[in-house]
Amino acid sequence: METINYQNFRIEAENICVDYNGKVALYDANLRLKPGQICGLVGMNGAGKTTFFNALTGFVNISKGKIRINGESVRSAQKDQTIAYVPQNEGIDSQFPVNVWDVVMMGRYGSMNIFRCPRESDVQAVKDAIERVDLTDHLSTPIGNLSGGQRKRTFLARAIAQRASILLLDEPFSGVDIRTEKLISELFIQFKNEGKTILLSTHDMIHVREFCDLVLLINKTVVAYGETSEVFTPENITTTFGGISPDFLFGPES
Amino acid sequence: MELCSFLTLDSFITDPLTHEFMRKALLMSSLVAAVCGFLSSYLTLKGWALMGDAVSHSVMPGVVVAYALGLPFSLGAFIFGVGSVALIGFIKQKSRVKEDTVIGLVFTGFFALGIVLVSKIKSNIDLHSILFGSPLGISLSDVKQTIFICLLVVILLSIFRKDLMLYCFDPRHAKTVGINVFFLHYLLLTCLSLAAVVGLQSVGIILVVAMLITPGATAYLLTDKFDNMTVISVLSAIISSLIGIYVSFWFDLETGGSIVLAQTFIFLFAFLFAPRYGIFKLKKLFAGYK
Repeated sequence: METINYQNFRIEAENICVDYNGKVALYDANLRLKPGQICGLVGMNGAGKTTFFNALTGFVNISKGKIRINGESVRSAQKDQTIAYVPQNEGIDSQFPVNVWDVVMMGRYGSMNIFRCPRESDVQAVKDAIERVDLTDHLSTPIGNLSGGQRKRTFLARAIAQRASILLLDEPFSGVDIRTEKLISELFIQFKNEGKTILLSTHDMIHVREFCDLVLLINKTVVAYGETSEVFTPENITTTFGGISPDFLFGPES
Repeated sequence: MELCSFLTLDSFITDPLTHEFMRKALLMSSLVAAVCGFLSSYLTLKGWALMGDAVSHSVMPGVVVAYALGLPFSLGAFIFGVGSVALIGFIKQKSRVKEDTVIGLVFTGFFALGIVLVSKIKSNIDLHSILFGSPLGISLSDVKQTIFICLLVVILLSIFRKDLMLYCFDPRHAKTVGINVFFLHYLLLTCLSLAAVVGLQSVGIILVVAMLITPGATAYLLTDKFDNMTVISVLSAIISSLIGIYVSFWFDLETGGSIVLAQTFIFLFAFLFAPRYGIFKLKKLFAGYK
């Protein structure tokens, strides 16, 4: 076997297990991603997709295994602002009294001083990020008044402002309009060229084929992992979704 | 006290100020209200109303024990306040009982312990003033303690203002960018316990939760900006406390109850007439006349 040079991998998860008060949510999961790779995380509800994200961000502790981010511990990845997490729209309180600018500025908090006073460079980073997601006209719009797509773009802008090299996106395409979908796919190409690594969870099989170089099928553990063209087969998908046929999952449109 | 004596607004306001205890009560209650109002923004956004209720009731035995031992009452209250939260977390994790049930169970248990202790410990504890507050009879040592606690909470909240906001909004992001959410969680709990301790002097243990949630809820209806929410919350808390004390003075009403009632009326006003989120959106009404 070849020796692994950790520096080559952005994400290196080895046999990780996560349990919540004795209930196993994820076991023996492995994942290795290099710069510029886009990987789809596919599985049923409760298959451990969110748990996987939580383990990578350090939001939950793993009970077994090892995670290396850019060759370092999760903790130093947090300190270095390496990972950005873009939540599901349902995962945030849309009535919270903050506007687009406030949310994107939160991407800079980790690198500010203790009082979180924005410096000139932070302001510039936020401006640029908002411009990239095309929300410059909505700087002071409360997030409660945004459409689903605009809200998704706001959180993408937060990840951009954070200047993270790894992006974790929870259902980036759910509940967004065509315009946002197009913008996200353009951003993905830019991110790829910038050498960022993207891990995204999705229910939508079409998006996996369209965007993902790699795919990770999980059902509490890894069912299959590899190049999308090789791994994303009807057999594997059926196994992942507990025996439901892919015809049913893909639906008539696809 | 004759009704005609406050026919002029001037004397309505200035007459009570001639009394030393009234000046002290107005000042201290405003300070306490401001602190509780500040914290209130966070508690309402975090959804910790029930937690606020639990902590404020649970401090009861701490206050009694501290009085009996001659310790600062805030110390006892703080220990029991944080202790109750720890116990709630422990029972929730180790049993299948649902969280709201555990909260209700723990705080009533602590509260009952407090009442039993009062009846058993021979001391000059005034149960009535613990339960219903006594802003008019606040002692000098209590004043010092209250000012100290209020300053401490204001300083802590001011320093970690934005971090706490982020913690309430998106703890996962906070954790991802290396912010210590564990620390923020306990910081907010600590401030909650401390605010409950000073709040109970104004309105008593039973009503102190109102000081911790009503101003925040009122402000939440009036603005979409977090900073404005904090300011409105603090202002509405101070105004209610002034109104409550004046009204209780002139009409000889229970002070704590009057303060909370004033807060409730301000909330109802916002609920009905808030420009954007009120039932009869004020903006629309005015627009109709143009």
